[in-house]
Amino acid sequence: MAIRTPSSLAARRRLQYRNHRYLTGRNTIITLSINGTSYAVEVDPTTPLLWVIRDSVGLTGTKFGCGIARCGACTVHLNGSPIRSCVTPASAAVGQQITTIEGVNNGRPGLHPVQQAWIDEQVPQCGYCQSGQIMSAAALLERNSTPSDADIDLAMAGNICRCGAYPRIRKGIKRAAGAINALRDQAQADG
Amino acid sequence: MGKWTRRAFITTAVTAGGVVVFGVAIRRGDRSDQVAGLVGSDGDALFDVWLKISPDNTLTAIVPHAEMGQGVHTSLAMMLADELDANWSQVRIEEAPCHKEYANYALARGFSIGDADFPSWLIDSVDGLFFRASQVMALQLTGGSTSVRTTGQIAMRVTGAAARAVLLQAAADEWQVDLEEVYARDSMIYHDASGRDATFAHFAPAAATLPLPNKPVLKTSGQFRIMGTSPQRRDVPAKIDGTARFGIDTTLPGMKYAAVRAAPVFGGRVASIDNASVQDMPGVRKVIDLGDAVAVVADGYWQARQALEQLAVEFDDGGYGDREQGDIFRQFAADLDESAAQHEEHTDFSSGDAERSLAAADQIVAAEYRVPYLAHATMEPMNCTAWVHDGKCELWLGTQNPLEFAKSAGKAIGLSASNVTVYNQYLGGGFGRRAFSDIAVQAARVAAEVHYPVKLIWSREEDMRHDFYRQASISRFRAGLDATGKPVAWHNHYVNKHEPAEAPHIPYGIDAQLIVYTDSDSHVPWGYWRSVDHSLHAFFTESFIDELAIAAGQDPYTYRRELLANAPRFRAVLDMAAEKAGWGDTVAENFGRGIAVHRSFGSIVAQVADVEIVDGKAIARRVVCVVDPGYAIHPDGLIAQMESGIAYGLTAALYGEISIRRGAVAQSNFHDYKILRIDEAPAIETYIVNGGGPLGGAGEPGTPPIAPAFTNAIYDATGIRIRTLPVSQYDLRPGNLQDQDVA
Repeated sequence: MAIRTPSSLAARRRLQYRNHRYLTGRNTIITLSINGTSYAVEVDPTTPLLWVIRDSVGLTGTKFGCGIARCGACTVHLNGSPIRSCVTPASAAVGQQITTIEGVNNGRPGLHPVQQAWIDEQVPQCGYCQSGQIMSAAALLERNSTPSDADIDLAMAGNICRCGAYPRIRKGIKRAAGAINALRDQAQADG
Repeated sequence: MGKWTRRAFITTAVTAGGVVVFGVAIRRGDRSDQVAGLVGSDGDALFDVWLKISPDNTLTAIVPHAEMGQGVHTSLAMMLADELDANWSQVRIEEAPCHKEYANYALARGFSIGDADFPSWLIDSVDGLFFRASQVMALQLTGGSTSVRTTGQIAMRVTGAAARAVLLQAAADEWQVDLEEVYARDSMIYHDASGRDATFAHFAPAAATLPLPNKPVLKTSGQFRIMGTSPQRRDVPAKIDGTARFGIDTTLPGMKYAAVRAAPVFGGRVASIDNASVQDMPGVRKVIDLGDAVAVVADGYWQARQALEQLAVEFDDGGYGDREQGDIFRQFAADLDESAAQHEEHTDFSSGDAERSLAAADQIVAAEYRVPYLAHATMEPMNCTAWVHDGKCELWLGTQNPLEFAKSAGKAIGLSASNVTVYNQYLGGGFGRRAFSDIAVQAARVAAEVHYPVKLIWSREEDMRHDFYRQASISRFRAGLDATGKPVAWHNHYVNKHEPAEAPHIPYGIDAQLIVYTDSDSHVPWGYWRSVDHSLHAFFTESFIDELAIAAGQDPYTYRRELLANAPRFRAVLDMAAEKAGWGDTVAENFGRGIAVHRSFGSIVAQVADVEIVDGKAIARRVVCVVDPGYAIHPDGLIAQMESGIAYGLTAALYGEISIRRGAVAQSNFHDYKILRIDEAPAIETYIVNGGGPLGGAGEPGTPPIAPAFTNAIYDATGIRIRTLPVSQYDLRPGNLQDQDVA
């Protein structure tokens, strides 16, 4: 069985209530570190991180899908862990390391092994969910480079693909895992 | 992958030195006004619209369809490149600008008359005449699984073959050799006897002056070098690094944002708006009463959303505020009863005398099936960026039907379609939803109220509640079996026929058939939904034929097989599916296996589903899929579309349900309109049969058979016959539901 993202409806309602009562719309300058670059943006700090990334910073690879943490299209990394940026207030990301699809390879040249595997397996169809899928997959492989099918189910069940690319996502993760382990073995042999 | 705006299209073609465009763009003036006059005239052919040759020998295929994940840009370019004998690595792809020259008449015709197979007169019309008709129709749709089988088969291939013919002629002329002695290979032209060779680009300027052949000879499948292979799709790289531009990614200088809420009940109107409730909120610029909806424009999208949440607005219910889903089904049932009693059904298909054969049958089997409304729920919520300025309107969005969008959006704000420009972006899912222009109309109306560009984005809730829905339906069957269990009569009566016309028809050899329907309107907007009517009728007919097999005490596969004696392509597909799935082998405890076969959009698809029942829930573990599209242009792309169609159809069978409560859609987001996730997704094995004949579609035919294959497997596992979808409403544990009582 998959573990779903805990129901965010209650959390969202609490946030909205707070917004309306106390905090709505009061703009402040906050500084966010995204893909290793510091951005000072003037926003209402309760604005979901998603919209700050997309509209204030201009990184549009991160997508809006549902707004309630049910589809995973908005997945980014916060200090390396996958989060749903559509329900994360920007204020909660201040002082943290944010990584988006544009920076998933952490400044290294070329593609992240997950991205390469996504090309090799021809994973995307419409492609809209794929930034989120890749971010979730990259986070999974960061902590578990030999994921079982059950591990993949657990890590990826929060990401909906309406085109149903699931069989290829599974193959892509396994291919990327192989590439990551081969690189690691090579590094050990060399080092 | 680049795109041309309409202006760039013209500019590039006129000015770029050395670039040869085989197409309308190099002609002076706006030819689209003269399109009607082109029908039937000969002179320059129109297939040259689709190809550009650059001095560096790069070939650019201009593809008149939207890319929404089906890989159509790649497939169409392959068809052109193969006939041209081009070097695939030197082929670029651009999406055609929204323009009447790229109209696609075949699609409209296919929809309007519902051809079961591609009409033979169309296959023969490779002389370009057909394109003139298509231009007159002014359509440029992407849908109906038609891109490859119409535009590809007729336009792209003919273009490639014709261009190759004039390139070869130009080479023969320059080299002063016989035409028969020159040949093309990998974007080069060779003359072996003299050892000469040169690029396509070298001959392109001279070739462009030669008359284009009316009937260029197309390759046979044995001569294909690119078609039938699976090169990587050209749209994939941009979709893995965040650079693909979807409609929602549009950013313009000075752009503001809009959030919108429509009257929740279809047909409802805005009753009152209290602008004061949001006027002090930061960033809010304007509240706009659209009549059937209210929009808030703000500096930021989240500001617009917050203000919309806060806005005091009241809607009326358009007179439908008391409508419940149960009322709609009761109305359907009553209208079926009434029309049957009065003999007022519309005849859909008739052969033999079904009533007489029923009366003479040894055994009568009857069943009633129901399906709910379904939303498309594309991953990218509806959105459109609009800018109205200087008597013009510019629209940025992903659309399956750009010309209609331009026309409707223009009409809504008093502009002619020629003053509306649509910049088509990648579509974050289409499935039929993005053939409807409501979002473009709404965005244009909002933008007409301000003097800056506005990006309008629907919330997921708005998207779910203001879709154009796959219809809910009821379908009733009676069949008569003879003493051997063979069906001798088939009677089907259902509500509301849309398209394609043949969706309720069966391939089985049953002599007496009567298929009838009754109209029963509801206030819920109807829309094309992946495979359209096939999505429901395949569930109905392939469930009922399964019931007949069970009633006859026969195996569901061999029962179908016997009835397909005169449909060899169906039988071949069914046989292969059964063989690959291991039909007849014992399945594990708590497992069941079901089969279904259905033809849609010219492709025959059989699927065998293996289902496991876990704690009363049905989980599809494995699907074997066999598809005969005639010929697979891009086999891996076809396989991907089968996988996608299965996930889409399985989502609907398992979870899909839009229901009406107090006149409005009760569901709102992915928590109550569930989508299949990776942990529920079956392993899928797809096999392709190149059965020959007209090309079939890819995007839709994978969807229809999965629901009945799935529910037939549930019957095999549990003895419970699912007659009303979705499946997830049932607890399938033994004893919980009476055998065969689910309806």
